[in-house]
This record gives sequence, structure tokens and C-alpha cells, in this order.
Amino acid sequence: MIQLTVNGKTENFDVSPEMPLLWAIRDTLGLTGTKFGCGVAQCGACVVHLDGEAVRSCVTKMSRAKGKNVVTIEGLSQNNDHPAQKAWQEIDVPQCGYCHSGQIMSAAVLLRENPNPSDQDIDDAMAGNICRCGTYPRIRKAIHLASQMQEKNKI
Amino acid sequence: MTKNDNIDNTRRNFLKLTGLGGAALCLGFYFPASGAPVVVRPSELSDSEIELCPWIIINPSGKVTIVNHRAEMGQGSFQSVPQIVAEELEVDMNDINVIFAIGNEKKYGGQITGGSSTIRSSYKRLLKLSAAAREMLITAASTKWNVSVSDCYAESGHVIHKPSGKKLHYGELAEAASKLEAPKEPKLKKISEYKLIRKPLRRIDTPLKTNGKLVFGLDTRIPGMLFASVERDPRYFGKVKNFDATAALKVPGVKRVFKVKMGYYEHIREGVAVVANSTWAALEGRKQLKVEWDSSGFKHWSTPEIFDTQNNLLKAEEGMILKTQGNPTEVLSKANKKLDVVYQTPYQSHVAMEPINCIAHHKGDSIEIWGPIQAPGWVQDYVSKQFEIDKEKVIVNMTFLGGGFGRKAMNDYPYEAVAVSKEIGGPVQVVWTREDDATLGPFRPGMSYRCEGTISNGKIDALKFRMAGQNNGHWSGAPKDKPNWSTSEGFLKPYYESIKNVSFADVLFETSIPTSFWRSVYASTNGFAYESFIDEMAHEAGKDPLDFRREHLQEDRCQKVIDKMQEVSGWKNRKKNEGYGVAITECFNSTVGQVVKVSKNPDGGIKIDKVWAVMDCGWYVNPDIIHAQVEGSIVMGLGAATTHQITFKENIVEQHNFYDYPMPRINEIPSIEVYIIDNEEDAGGVGEPALPPFAPALTNAIFDLTGKRIRTLPFSLGTV
Repeated sequence: MIQLTVNGKTENFDVSPEMPLLWAIRDTLGLTGTKFGCGVAQCGACVVHLDGEAVRSCVTKMSRAKGKNVVTIEGLSQNNDHPAQKAWQEIDVPQCGYCHSGQIMSAAVLLRENPNPSDQDIDDAMAGNICRCGTYPRIRKAIHLASQMQEKNKI
Repeated sequence: MTKNDNIDNTRRNFLKLTGLGGAALCLGFYFPASGAPVVVRPSELSDSEIELCPWIIINPSGKVTIVNHRAEMGQGSFQSVPQIVAEELEVDMNDINVIFAIGNEKKYGGQITGGSSTIRSSYKRLLKLSAAAREMLITAASTKWNVSVSDCYAESGHVIHKPSGKKLHYGELAEAASKLEAPKEPKLKKISEYKLIRKPLRRIDTPLKTNGKLVFGLDTRIPGMLFASVERDPRYFGKVKNFDATAALKVPGVKRVFKVKMGYYEHIREGVAVVANSTWAALEGRKQLKVEWDSSGFKHWSTPEIFDTQNNLLKAEEGMILKTQGNPTEVLSKANKKLDVVYQTPYQSHVAMEPINCIAHHKGDSIEIWGPIQAPGWVQDYVSKQFEIDKEKVIVNMTFLGGGFGRKAMNDYPYEAVAVSKEIGGPVQVVWTREDDATLGPFRPGMSYRCEGTISNGKIDALKFRMAGQNNGHWSGAPKDKPNWSTSEGFLKPYYESIKNVSFADVLFETSIPTSFWRSVYASTNGFAYESFIDEMAHEAGKDPLDFRREHLQEDRCQKVIDKMQEVSGWKNRKKNEGYGVAITECFNSTVGQVVKVSKNPDGGIKIDKVWAVMDCGWYVNPDIIHAQVEGSIVMGLGAATTHQITFKENIVEQHNFYDYPMPRINEIPSIEVYIIDNEEDAGGVGEPALPPFAPALTNAIFDLTGKRIRTLPFSLGTV
């Protein structure tokens, strides 16, 4: 039995320690917001937070996640109102939407570590996330907007 | 790609209130104003609901449900179809539910979401049906109140009696309205009267795409379903010679391993399926599988041979003529000077972010399918025929698609899922890996174009285009003694007015590599060849490329696109170290012009500084969706031009995943400005037409800056 915390809840998994966290989240727990895109840490569709860090769940084994705190897109905020989520909605970033769980999870870590990122900072932090629909111009815009929203929330 | 299904079936499609036996089947996701979506399983409407027409369902409480009959793969049908209906029906977008239709082409007309056809093939009918429904509701109210119809109007889901101010909501009127004869010619609003159409309304499905709640095909779960992964012949059409499942069956969770077929039209592919109780177990089991293939009986191609063969054919053969006027061959033979060059574009995979997947449940005498599907009607037809079950008993449920780009209009993966389900006797989800998705096709075909032309008095005297590349239509049985009907796709029609001698021919070329539609289809490759060659002609004539096009495209809409490009890009004021390129193409009834600005990178290579895009798609619904589609098309076009290609060795794809089939990333994207031409022409497509002009506009800009003409894609911006 492998125990970890997912979105604040303790969960026990009767799975192989070799199993990638992605499949435990999706198939065992039924949280399908985290996406399978490439399986080899190339596209970022499966990004979750592991003890606060953005990791590719498709290559993160359960043995590594054991005892840690996992946050998925479903647990990023209570009401779909993390500044990144709000900014994504405001700018209507998604097209098909498939990659955006991962995009938002990556952006959330960027916004925490660097509350006022430049275009270059955004490029550096977000280049690991592929969007085949090509929503990149809007992702950039949304991260700047989220940064402003985050700033306002503080005041 | 699809026939226009804009038939006037107002009367036929209006249902009378009949107690609703056999009425609408709906699967979808209700979007209550309050938040979380509720999955609605296929079921008949409840007795109290009234289907006023196939797109409009009204609940006694007044709740209006609008049906989206097309696939949502990012292009926005889930927003734009309801936005049209809500406008003429007079309901607020915030108050409606939207659901997907199941596949039912008798009821909805064509449902293939391809050819950028959703709006252009159905908007006139949707406007008319919705306006008729509104008039019926108003008539029902006026009858109830015993007042004049002209004193009543509809607003926000209510009918209001102007003099008295009394009002009733649609739920109180729907039953009476449904008993009325539908008006044949309901009064439609003028464009200037629109409150929703032509407004950049936010998409109703966006919030579900920011919290992980939206259910794509791969996220769909059916009670009791298993998961499967299939090892298929990497050369596509080989047979399973033998396989050893011993190790695979030892993987915990693996339940069954067996040979399975997958139909691609009438061509059968084979594989070995590993069925398990989780996706991961199926994938792990497949890794342990040993399969020996018999890939004899068809030729195995390698990329150099493909393009050498195409080139040789273009040297030797005239091909099958699709279009001709004047006599370009004769004019070219007498010309003192002519250009004769070859353009080349690679094979491409679609690699939508959501890998191919499908759930099927073969129940013996019926089949139910759930998945990311662009063409539910095609799947119904094909599966019904292949598995010998009545079409009405093949239920195809559309989920949201994580991208489609033409790949998910194919029937092969639903067929395979049904075959696996039939074998196990229960529901199963077949999941393709990224590698399966990238390497197993069908692909955009690799193409070669021989372009010949000559100039006389500063204008094009003759153009002769021949193409050699696989015809996607051959896979579905198109005759091989007829040219590919898309040979001239992308080429602007007004050129035929100014160029007296012009011809397009298709030189037959076939391989055993499966091909299919890829966003904007042949326009995506034709456009590169033809619009680059027009640029070569402009250079030959010593003319400015934009002016040269203006002279040759003497048609009002083209002139407006050209004027707009000149105005917004500052074309005439460009500086010495800046390269400007232009290209204009037309496909799916929309014309798009793009200007690309490039400069030399201080570290070497070329930098794209800016792209200006001008879209004339006629009548349109949501300008923000158009902006998004144009931006996305440019990014996709950039990848296809500069970063990825599929190559083959003995039919086997040499790329595997995003590490060797690289997509553009956020740090590689130019700044993009989009402009829409406002007019009242018939609606054209939006999802695809902005892709073809990008590659030629870029390479024309590079020529402008460096004098180097790029005729083969992809090329590297870093090493130009």
C-alpha cells in the first residue's frame, strides 16, 4: 500500500511502486484532469505539484510520490479561482483545452516563485508545455494578467 | 471534404408535440449556471420537455437547451452554434444548457466536422429554425393573451406584451408553440441588429478547461470498462505471423491478449491487443509482447525514394488535367524566358494533444461508441457495415476532442475498439500511445509540385502546375484515372481572370503509406508551392510582390484584403534590414492574406518579428474565436514549415515522439496581429484557411531579406 496526500486528502494505493503517478491519479483515483500527452516528459500535459514543485506525473513513479503531497488541477483552487485560472478564463486561452491543466499547473508555480515574470521568464518556465492548438500568445497574456491579479489580491 | 448540407428543411425538422416517442436522444454535459457539469447519458427527453426543433429543447421551467450537432475540438462549435441559435431565439447565453447531439444525420444533416464547415454549412438553417421557433413562441403568447402578434416581442427567454408589460417565459409557451405550423419565412435580424452574433463572447466551455472538469474522450469512463493497448504492424498492412503473450499475461492486471483487426476504409490492418484493468497495465503488458509480422505483399518505401520518384514523374509526365484555360504548354514552349522549379513538402502526423482513443461496447445486437470523434455519421455508416449491425443500432457519442486536425475524422480507431470489445464481450477503451499516434498514420501526404511560368509585359502570361503526391481519396475508393479534385485548392479564383493561360494537373503517385486529411488538407501544401511561385513571378517581373498580387487579383474582396495587409503591416515603409513576405490563399470559402516580417538574428539564422493576418470569411459569429483560430493556424503552420516532418525507412516512421517530432514552443512564437474583414458575404470557414498562407509568406520574406528562395519544407530558421 502506498500512501500519499492528493488535494489535501490521504489516499492509499494498492499499486506497483513502479506505476507512474499519472495513471494512479487518472485510473485508480479517477481524477482525469491530469492528462496523458506523451508519456516521456516532453509535453507537460501531465504536470502536477509534488510537495509544491511542478513535476511530470507520467515519469514520476509512485515510489517517489510516496508520503508526499500531490496537488492536481482539480485541487489547485476551491472555486476555479486561482489567479491563473481566472486569467485563463478572462482571456479565453484554451482552444481544445487538453494541455491546459498542465499549462496552468506550470504557470501556478511560476507565479508563486516569480510573481512578476517578464516575457523571457515566461518563455523559460513554460517552454516545457506544448500546445498543439497554438494558444501560446494567449498563455503569455494570461500569465501577465494573473500576475496583476495576484498583486491586487495581496493589497 | 464535405458536401454542403445547407438544405432547407425547416418544415421537415420541426416536430410536433407527439408525446415525444422516439424524440431526441441526447448525450452531453449540461452547464447549469451554477457550476459543475452533469453528464447526461443517452436517453429520451423527459415527457415534459419539448423539442421545438432538433437544436432547441425547452423545459417547462423555461430552461432552454441548445444542441451542438458538431464536434468540439478547439475550433469553437460548442460556442458558435449556440451563439447563432440564441440570437434568433432570443435567449441569453448565460441561461442556456448546451449539449452534444449523438450521431444522427437524418436529424441534423451532415455532422462531419471537417472542411471548416460547421458554420458555413448550417448557419442559414440555424438562423431560420431559431427565428421560426421565436415566432411560434410569440404567436402562442398572443393567442393565449388574445392580443395582436405585432404587440408582442421576445427577449431573454420571455415573450412580452408591449402595451401591458405582461410576460410569459418560454417554458410556459413551448407546448402551445409546438402545435403551431412553423412559419416558412420567419423574419431574420439584420446584422446591425445582432446582440450576440459578431460579438466576442467568452466561450461557455472555458471554465471547465481550467479546472480539469471537462471530459475528453480519454477521460470518459463507462461502468465495467477495461483498457487496451494494441501493437500494430509498423509497416501498416502486414499480417500477424505469430505472437507470444506469455510474458505479457504475467503482468499484473493484464486479462487477455489476442489478435485484432483494424479497418482503414476497405483496407485491413492487424494488431495484437493487450486488455487490462488499467491503462498502465495494458501498456506494460504490451511492452512484454513479442510479435512477428509478415509485411510482405506490398512495397516498402523510404523517404528519398518517395521524393525522387515524384520528381522523376514530374519530369516525364503531363498528368491528369483538373483545370486548364488557354494553352500554357504552348505559351511556355515559345517563351524566351521561363521559370521551371520544383517545390516539396513533407509527410506530417497530426499529433493532437489527446492521443487517439475510443471506447466501444459491442452488445451483440447493438454497438455503442464513445470517443473523440469528428464524424459520428461516418463512424455509424462504417461500423454498421463492417460489423453487420443496423445503423440505427450503432450509437456514436461525441465527447470533447483534445484536438482533431482531420485525424479524428477517420474510422479506423473506432473500428478497432469495436473489434476488441466484441472479442471480450464488454466495454473497453483502446488507448493509443503518443508513439502510436505519431508513427502509424494516416499522414498528410508528402508532395512535389512542378511549377512553370512566364512573364510578358510585367504580368503572368502562363502558369503550369503539376503535382505528384498521394491522393487521400484513393484510400476511400476514389478513381485513379481522375485527378485529385484538390489539385488547385488554395489558389485564388480571381487569378483565372488575369492569367490567360493556366493549368493544374495531378500526376498519379501511390505508396502503401496511409494518408488522410490534415488541417486545411491540400491547401496546406499547394499554398506553399503556388504562392511561393507567384512571388517568383513577381521577382521575375521586377514588381513589388504585394503590388503584383494587386494587379493580378482584380476582385473587390481580394483588393480589400491586400489593402488591409498593406495598411496594417507598413509594407511600403519597410526598412533596409527587414524582410517582408506576403501570401494569400483561399480555401473553404475564406480568403486569408498574411504578411510576415523577418530579420537576421545576431547569432545567425532568421528571426520572425511579426505576422499580420487578414481574414475574409464573410458572415461570422464570434470574432474572438476567429482570432484564436488564426493565431493557432499560424503556430501550426510554423511547426509544419520549420520544425517537424515524418520520414520513412522501409515504410517505418523514423520519428517517435515530441523529442524527434518537435512542436513549436512558447519561446518560438512570433507576435501575431489578426484582422477580420467585415462584410455580409456568405460565411466561409474559419478553422483551417489561415494555415496555408503562413509558410509561403515566411519563405517569401526570407527571400526578400536574403535572396535565398526556399522550395523545400521543412527548413531550419537557425541555418537559413
